[in-house]
Amino acid sequence: MRWKGRVFQLAREKAKAGSIPRQGMPEQPCGDRILNFQEVALGYTAELAQLEAERCLMCKKPTCIEGCPVRIDIPAFIQAVVDGDFERAATKIYESNTLPAICGRVCPQEDQCEAVCVMGKKFEPVAIGRLERFVADYVRGKGISLAQPATAVTGRKVAIIGSGPAGLTAAGELAKLGYGVTVFEALHEPGGVLVYGIPEFRLPKAIVAQEIEALKSIGVEIQTNVVIGRTILIDELFDEGYDAVFIGTGAGLPYFLNLPGEDLNGVYSANEFLTRLNLMKAYQFPAADTPVQIGRRLVVIGGGNTALDAARTAQRMKPEKVSLLYRRSRAEMPGRAEEVHHAEEEGIEFQMLTNPVRFVDNGEGWLCGVECVRMELGEPDDSGRRRPVPVEGYNFVVECDTAIVAVGNGANQIVASTTPGLDTNRHGNIVADEASGLTSRAGVFAGGDIVTGAATVILAMGAGKTAATAIHQYLQSLSAEGDDSETDADEDAPAEVEPASPLAIS
Amino acid sequence: MFPIVEKKVIAPRVTWFRVKAPLIARRHQPGQFVLLRVCEGGERFPLTIADSDKDTGTIVLVSQEAGKSTALLARLNEGDGIRDVVGPLGKPTDIEKFGAVACIAGGIGAAPLYPIAKKLHAVGNRVVVILGARSENLIILQEELASVTDELLIATDDGSVGFHGFVSELLRQRIQQGETFNHAVTIGPLPMMKAVCDVTREFTIPTIVSLNPIMVDGTGMCGGCRVIVNGETKFACVDGPEFDGHGVDFGSLAHRLKMYRHQEQCAMERAGISIGA
Repeated sequence: MRWKGRVFQLAREKAKAGSIPRQGMPEQPCGDRILNFQEVALGYTAELAQLEAERCLMCKKPTCIEGCPVRIDIPAFIQAVVDGDFERAATKIYESNTLPAICGRVCPQEDQCEAVCVMGKKFEPVAIGRLERFVADYVRGKGISLAQPATAVTGRKVAIIGSGPAGLTAAGELAKLGYGVTVFEALHEPGGVLVYGIPEFRLPKAIVAQEIEALKSIGVEIQTNVVIGRTILIDELFDEGYDAVFIGTGAGLPYFLNLPGEDLNGVYSANEFLTRLNLMKAYQFPAADTPVQIGRRLVVIGGGNTALDAARTAQRMKPEKVSLLYRRSRAEMPGRAEEVHHAEEEGIEFQMLTNPVRFVDNGEGWLCGVECVRMELGEPDDSGRRRPVPVEGYNFVVECDTAIVAVGNGANQIVASTTPGLDTNRHGNIVADEASGLTSRAGVFAGGDIVTGAATVILAMGAGKTAATAIHQYLQSLSAEGDDSETDADEDAPAEVEPASPLAIS
Repeated sequence: MFPIVEKKVIAPRVTWFRVKAPLIARRHQPGQFVLLRVCEGGERFPLTIADSDKDTGTIVLVSQEAGKSTALLARLNEGDGIRDVVGPLGKPTDIEKFGAVACIAGGIGAAPLYPIAKKLHAVGNRVVVILGARSENLIILQEELASVTDELLIATDDGSVGFHGFVSELLRQRIQQGETFNHAVTIGPLPMMKAVCDVTREFTIPTIVSLNPIMVDGTGMCGGCRVIVNGETKFACVDGPEFDGHGVDFGSLAHRLKMYRHQEQCAMERAGISIGA
């Protein structure tokens, strides 16, 4: 009586859908969390995770997978959570995403998988991100390593420039395929924006360190204190025997407003402010040697995730007041809704439709205020958002002793300017094919913010993955042509290498 | 880890180090610098490379004790390692055949000036070096500079050796006595560079200065080292560290260098370090 079974299944699903509400994320209470740098979101318990997982309808045509930049088999991992087999869930995620503990924390799921979740049509979407985080944390907590070294080596070497999300992802995928991978990092610690940009209370550095250790355990080599374009040039990498290069240098050129007084003491770019605090641990000064200026009243200029990170980091340094100035309205802020909400809870004052025109000098080279003009919304601009227009004759000064300029980042030119034949666009971003990451130079691939301009961790990871696939195909084609194989190891290498775990090729 | 293979104290509170850093030595050009971190928890700070040897894979760094980090560095010995050294950073000096070049260094500025003066001379310029310090015992690299240039002059504030007065005054004297210079390079404390630029501006001698703002990342990623040159904001770590001395806003850099005075004092007290005047 198959049709009866189907009716009962549908009835169960209808009863299931909406009967369990979306499980809230346990969080540090607001009063506590602004006094420390520990994670705000505490993570699901196993009970909460399984309850939330039950909400998934296991759609026959899962739209959530389409919404994921790295195409995690979401229903499959959620089914494993329902079954209580969290390790199986983690393995399933790991097939597509080698940094799940990071993604589960910083992905804007509300714009990706959860935005297209069928449950979200009538009820709340399944909390896919929270489940991913739970699963990743579970295996970490149990000391289970998902990283598997390749079963055979190819004798080919790939150089990865930048140890941020794009570079680390490309490194992991290529190492799984048996390539010798070296990651070159300009700073003294690997992780890129994961360590210098995203604050401790959103992404603990211990987690980043563990993910990096996992990569090292499968043979990825990381060399810090190497600036490609200064310490070594890309052409020199090829001379040294690397067969392909991936550029994942990020959006590392802070935009300033070019207003009078921007050189005053107390004015920071968001990059400098966050680097001092996150990477150099200035919140521990004087136990750590790098200082940071906080003052009594702090102002953050900007409305994206970086501005929110800067504001919330500043709040934890216990000034009297932190204000965020944004030239459009609240609805247009590009920052994650969850982080805007957290910021409001933490007492950050939002001043919308406010645009700085001058940084005010106290007479001794120190900032004492930001002169602003009130804005109103006019016609939409290129981004589709209504263009802010100044209201003449309505200037006012926001008193402050520290101002953080968080109005975006451009492309750092050190690599492009020292690599002949590497094309960039008019913004300085490296031109790369969307489907492969291939640049205008043979064997040179690029992905992440250096190509797209400032975007998200998960998009960078997706680009790293795409490029790894393309690099693999490129290197196989080199071997097939019987091309220059300078290493002796090549002669013993098998023609085809079986990856240790299946690579989900989209 | 970057091992120290040789260490010499060449003046009170001034230490000369030869450090094993093969990749940096290989690509070093005059004018470039490194960022270093002495130990875990340490801050990142810049030092110009004073010399390099590709064969031994070593670079020379000269450091003057000015705060906690440089004091910690001074306490390292041969065999110890500097935790992080990254470079070579910055744009190399623009070396051309200018004709006659005045190279003016104040105090510790003699160290970054040495490779520049050496290369200017090597390409065929007549190089006159004016080396200055508060007193005789603070003059450094005198022999090294004399050996690679045409003429070396000394000026001391207290007159203990050489010309009694500032390097800028000695420069003015030489020009007024009929010496012609087509180009000038000056490196040293900010007021000294500014004074030299005031003289060379008067005599229309194009002048390059090497700026020393506070730095964090050194690759243009944070903007902490921003300086104002000819009304434009430039990052000293990627656009510099050398700039047109006649366009530099010295006042802006002077106040920006004072930003962490309070914290510097606190750190030194905590570490039990006192730096003499």
